[in-house]
Amino acid sequence: MSAPPAYTEFHPRWYRAPVRTLWWLRRRSYFVFILRELSSVFVAWFVVFLLLLAHAVGRGDREYQRFLRWADDPWVIAINVIALLFVVFHALTWFNLTPKAMVVRLRGTRVPPLGLTAPIYLIWAAVSALVAWLVLGG
Amino acid sequence: MTKRPIEPYLWLLFSAGGVLAAVFFPVLIFLFGVAFPLGWIGAPAQHHLLAVLRNPLTVAVLFVVCVLALFHWAHRFRYTLYDGLQIKHLNALINLICYGGAIVGSVIAGLVLFQI
Repeated sequence: MSAPPAYTEFHPRWYRAPVRTLWWLRRRSYFVFILRELSSVFVAWFVVFLLLLAHAVGRGDREYQRFLRWADDPWVIAINVIALLFVVFHALTWFNLTPKAMVVRLRGTRVPPLGLTAPIYLIWAAVSALVAWLVLGG
Repeated sequence: MTKRPIEPYLWLLFSAGGVLAAVFFPVLIFLFGVAFPLGWIGAPAQHHLLAVLRNPLTVAVLFVVCVLALFHWAHRFRYTLYDGLQIKHLNALINLICYGGAIVGSVIAGLVLFQI
């Protein structure tokens, strides 16, 4: 390590193979990847829906009934059915990825993937049950 | 892509929001978006939901879930536009819409939830 490495000041542009805009239509796994990414749009939609609901509840029964009628519109139901499918897709892919993204060690040995996903699914079920219990009247 | 020191924090918000959305949203969308409108289950009365929404713990949890879910959307949607549509040259605009949208949404969430 004596002289600093010499750099060429003007190098030619690196060659990069051009990627087609619709590259994700070319293979099933690519398409599924883009669908998974698009689930985020429905996550954002549901935040808006939830805030509209909370706002209506806070303003009294008349506003709440108006919100329920709006949510009863076939278009809104259709969006929510699609949103439900996408959010469940997001949840399943997210939970199943966890053991790949996180390595948990217990007393020096790696916890097997199922040792991580099983508790996550249990927590998911418990939270869902708790939320339903709270919403439906305890 | 340029190197930005804020990037790891955005990934952190993305992950946290991903977990909370995955845990909380399926049951909530099922109930309020599908089961109540289709009449599978009767919708709860307004005074009951109001009582639930006035509990400080509910407010705190809902606020955190909303904010992190919005940042989850911002980050993921930004990369969807990046990769899916190959529009990297609109970088600044995409960032403004995504993260700006998440910030505005968070403020609205705070205004709605803390004033019930």
